[in-house]
Amino acid sequence: MGAVGSYFNHIKDAVTSIFEGMAVTASHFIRKPYTVQYPDRMPVRVQDTLPFRYRGILEVDLEICTGCLACERACPIDCIVIVAEKDKVTKQMMLSQFDIDIAKCMYCGLCSEPCPTGSIHHTTEFEGADFSLESLIRRFIKDPVAAYKPKKGPETDPKIIPILNRGMKYVDEWAQPGGTKPAAEEESA
Amino acid sequence: MQQWVDSLIASGAFGHNPPRDLIYVLFIFVFSAVVFLGVAFPFAGIVSWVERRVWARIQSRVGPNRVGPNGFLQWLADGVKNVCKEDLVPAEADARLFKLAPYLVVIAFVMPWTVMPFSSDLILADLNVGILYMTAVTALTVVGVLMAGWSSNDKWSLIGGVRSAAQIVSYEIPAGLSIFPAVLLTGTLSMQGLIRAQGWAPNHWFAFANPFTFLAANILYISSLAEGNRTPFDLPEADSELVAGFATEYSGMRYLFFFMAEWGNLFIIGAILTTLYLGGWQFPHVSDDRIVMNVLQLVTFNVKVLFLVFVSMWIRATLPRVRIDQLMSVCWKYLIPISFVNMIGTAIWVAIWPDGNPIAGDVMLALFSVLLVLFVRRIIYYFRRSKMEMYLSPVV
Repeated sequence: MGAVGSYFNHIKDAVTSIFEGMAVTASHFIRKPYTVQYPDRMPVRVQDTLPFRYRGILEVDLEICTGCLACERACPIDCIVIVAEKDKVTKQMMLSQFDIDIAKCMYCGLCSEPCPTGSIHHTTEFEGADFSLESLIRRFIKDPVAAYKPKKGPETDPKIIPILNRGMKYVDEWAQPGGTKPAAEEESA
Repeated sequence: MQQWVDSLIASGAFGHNPPRDLIYVLFIFVFSAVVFLGVAFPFAGIVSWVERRVWARIQSRVGPNRVGPNGFLQWLADGVKNVCKEDLVPAEADARLFKLAPYLVVIAFVMPWTVMPFSSDLILADLNVGILYMTAVTALTVVGVLMAGWSSNDKWSLIGGVRSAAQIVSYEIPAGLSIFPAVLLTGTLSMQGLIRAQGWAPNHWFAFANPFTFLAANILYISSLAEGNRTPFDLPEADSELVAGFATEYSGMRYLFFFMAEWGNLFIIGAILTTLYLGGWQFPHVSDDRIVMNVLQLVTFNVKVLFLVFVSMWIRATLPRVRIDQLMSVCWKYLIPISFVNMIGTAIWVAIWPDGNPIAGDVMLALFSVLLVLFVRRIIYYFRRSKMEMYLSPVV
């Protein structure tokens, strides 16, 4: 080949590789960027894409809370504060305070497991950052309400039926002790 | 602009026997200030935003999009941030030279705007030696860069400054030699003269007049990129190399001045190339109205220059940096011999065909179109391979 040949070969290699590179970058230029522009330019809200069992920020459906205090006892960090007293006159359980400190909450799910109706449950919300520590104590009761008394047969109140259905579905999602669900999950995993 | 000022004086706007030279100086000062402050500096700022957006799209990301609509005010935010920074002058540094260096580099960037031919009437000063003035004045960057490197009292700044100066000075040679073919084809150095000698159609541009000028146009572009410290020749200011080369000790606005000069130089690179080889502001004569023609010519000039600015950004996003020895070897062993061949080839061409050879223009344009089509097909090949859809909107 000789020196002259290799000289022109170098020039040819340089020019072709530069234009090859520019073709690749040009092909990227006309595509949509891969960037996911969270949080304001998402095609779908992230909260809606999370599974039903996602352990996000806690929420209480007071319509079906029985005042059993199982969640307060189960919480390992004592972030749930409930005040439930039996009213002497009406003999009904009255809930006057239900506070969850989501700053302390570790999202373990130990409170939602023993709940008989599924009124305390995790939502798919995870955006809880705020400017004051005070706002991280979620107070679910303004005026004292009566606790829910579960009926012996199926529930009849049409307002409560959907809430109760959702709550029971949430409770059923947890693994049944000694049941087939964990084995089925292991097989499919 | 001189004809306009002469006509103003002749019409008696300044009284009976006005001191001509003083009026010339006044008009030059006022209109230079308008061009520099209204066009050159905002362009340098805005092109930084454009570069970041173009760069980001090439890298499949978005780029600045928070400050203002689509991030358009990002450059203003950067400017304000840098003005608010502490102005550090190193203790052992030569304070006067240290403070003067960025201004020299900015002066080198700003001075060519006086001979920039925006349209047939919009030129501040149509010097007889326009293109020579441009080349000479952009060489002032070397003084500023050397001053910055030396006065920082920092070994690595010194190395960066000397490397940068060596780079700029070396690439002046192929750049100067590549101006010659265009000058040989016209016989004049004036910017308007060079543009007037070309036609509006691509086969009448000097880039396609003969194969030697085509090569000369490419070599001029590469050398101008190297002179402007642009990638792939940005070793002096590479972040991963010598921190920031000659600008290591600079902070805040002083640092930004160096980069303002670099971004603004993009326009000057494009302007030199369009004036000499791409037909400048030439536009077909569609109307007898002077203002309409001037506006169309202004638009043509800007479109061509901004396309070359985009190509500079495209190259920056594509190519890796070259080492200093590779840089020098490219200049001295490849670009300079080829520039000499171009110069001699064009001289022989002009000797054989003094009035130009239109057939050669058509043939060169046809060859170039074939290459362009092949290139576009390569782009489409890579695009198809990615199996994504086209998204041309700049808003994401």
